[in-house]
Amino acid sequence: MKSWLTPFLVLALAGAAFLLFPYNLAFLTRILIMILLVLSLDLVLGFAGIATLGQAAMYGTGAYAAGLFAVHASGNPLAGLLVGAFAGAALALVSGLLLMRTRGLTLIMLTIAVASLCLEAANQLRGLTGGADGLRGIRMQPVLGLFPFDFAGQTGYWYALSVTVLVFAGLAVLTRSAFGLSLRGIHESPARMAAIGVSVYWRQVAAYTIGGGIAGIAGALAAQITQLVSLESYSFTISAEALIMLILGGAGRLYGAVIGTVIFMVVHHVAAANDPFNWLFVIGALVLFVVFLVPNGLVSLPLAVTRLWKGARHARA
Amino acid sequence: MQGLEVRGLSKRFGGLTVSENIDFDLPPGARKALIGPNGAGKSTFANLVTGILRPSSGEIRFDGSDIGGLDEPRRVKLGIAKTFQITTLFRKLTVRENLRLPILEREKRGYSMFARAGSSPETEAEVADLLEQFELTAFADRPVGLLAYGQQRLVEMAMTLALRPRVLILDEPAAGVPSSETHLIVNAIERLPKDLAVLIIEHDMDLVFRVARSIVVLVAGRILTEGTPAQISADPKVRELYLGKSHG
Repeated sequence: MKSWLTPFLVLALAGAAFLLFPYNLAFLTRILIMILLVLSLDLVLGFAGIATLGQAAMYGTGAYAAGLFAVHASGNPLAGLLVGAFAGAALALVSGLLLMRTRGLTLIMLTIAVASLCLEAANQLRGLTGGADGLRGIRMQPVLGLFPFDFAGQTGYWYALSVTVLVFAGLAVLTRSAFGLSLRGIHESPARMAAIGVSVYWRQVAAYTIGGGIAGIAGALAAQITQLVSLESYSFTISAEALIMLILGGAGRLYGAVIGTVIFMVVHHVAAANDPFNWLFVIGALVLFVVFLVPNGLVSLPLAVTRLWKGARHARA
Repeated sequence: MQGLEVRGLSKRFGGLTVSENIDFDLPPGARKALIGPNGAGKSTFANLVTGILRPSSGEIRFDGSDIGGLDEPRRVKLGIAKTFQITTLFRKLTVRENLRLPILEREKRGYSMFARAGSSPETEAEVADLLEQFELTAFADRPVGLLAYGQQRLVEMAMTLALRPRVLILDEPAAGVPSSETHLIVNAIERLPKDLAVLIIEHDMDLVFRVARSIVVLVAGRILTEGTPAQISADPKVRELYLGKSHG
């Protein structure tokens, strides 16, 4: 397949979604924000192999940072995004200095602990964050001074789409670089990376920090577009759902993060509308299907089907 | 002194002494083998030299300076590299990518985030040379996990050599390789750069006697004796302790 064809198709789909579902733009925007978060998780977990269930820590911190910046400093969206990215990266760097010294289950537990600490801190600092009532009073200026946020969410959608596309392109460059190759190496065999002279620890801290910055951007977008930050942004559910989306789509592939998020969110949306009590059953069945039949995620489904088809023809011949 | 110098090296795990008062030299161009029965402490010794383990006492010097306090990545940067007993290659990456990684790291481009990993002509030329030297060109774009075991060992050696080490420790380079493929390993060792100091830790006596010019026998953490292959194979203590079992 031509290298420009896939991005072109995906962008065309994003454009078509805008035209086809004009009353669901808030939902579509929510998907884009989750794609950003899952992309950040893909870099950290899918590429660098850092087991984490606490990506919400950086997401929430980005959201609160951008929200507070908008309330107290400036409603400039792009400046707010930078603040969110910086806050997410800073938290990832500081916590990463400790976290990247651990492995496996310990690491997973500690990532959950960091997110829980953030949640509790945001809950206690009521004067600053609004506590359980959420952070209110976010007023955004027009994007680039040209596009004011509208009630239908059109600006929000295009704004989120532009940011997602830029981050995706940045990650595409990053994951193909020498740095990206070294992250895949660490994922495959940390001992070998040390043996070729790499300080695995610092390389993982770097990856975790970049991932934290992207998660911070996702949180900042959420804060700016919904103009509200709630304690939910730090919730374990967000970290866990992001992980499920990544596994569904295919970890270690950027398009895997996109596909997994879109499918999870759409299935969730449709199933929950049909049966508000048992929608989780559909998600569970989907995850089982993927884990057993397409373990490399739905992004590898076309390849798996092609192989099956060729295999069947070989068997008949 | 040039090369590696070990003096009075000991390693204890609690009450268990696995290396005791080892003196050992590996000058440039050396082809030394370290042999000994299972549990003699051969791998421990290799791990002490490469910095995976810290010694309990004793000195490790490289080109005259003490390197005992340096960690593994720092020693690799000085030029001490080791292959693994069990292959720990990047199995899902292609042979080419496996060789690209150590070169990029040696050139300190590991944090380069914009240029494509395979975009430097010099690096790619070096990868091609290594592929050629180890007769891996035909498999360059296959994931390493799909290669035959003997070829995986060659990738292992090529990767370590890509670091341009000055001391190369081969930890059981022929372990698990079917005898029909050991000649690949022997050929590769014979073609290593002449000034490289090579230490081979190996069970396969045929291989040791073919490539080593000097053999150190390690028993229960101590050096029993050291000599040329002819001296070692004639030594009654060695025959009794070690060769007796496998060579009858």
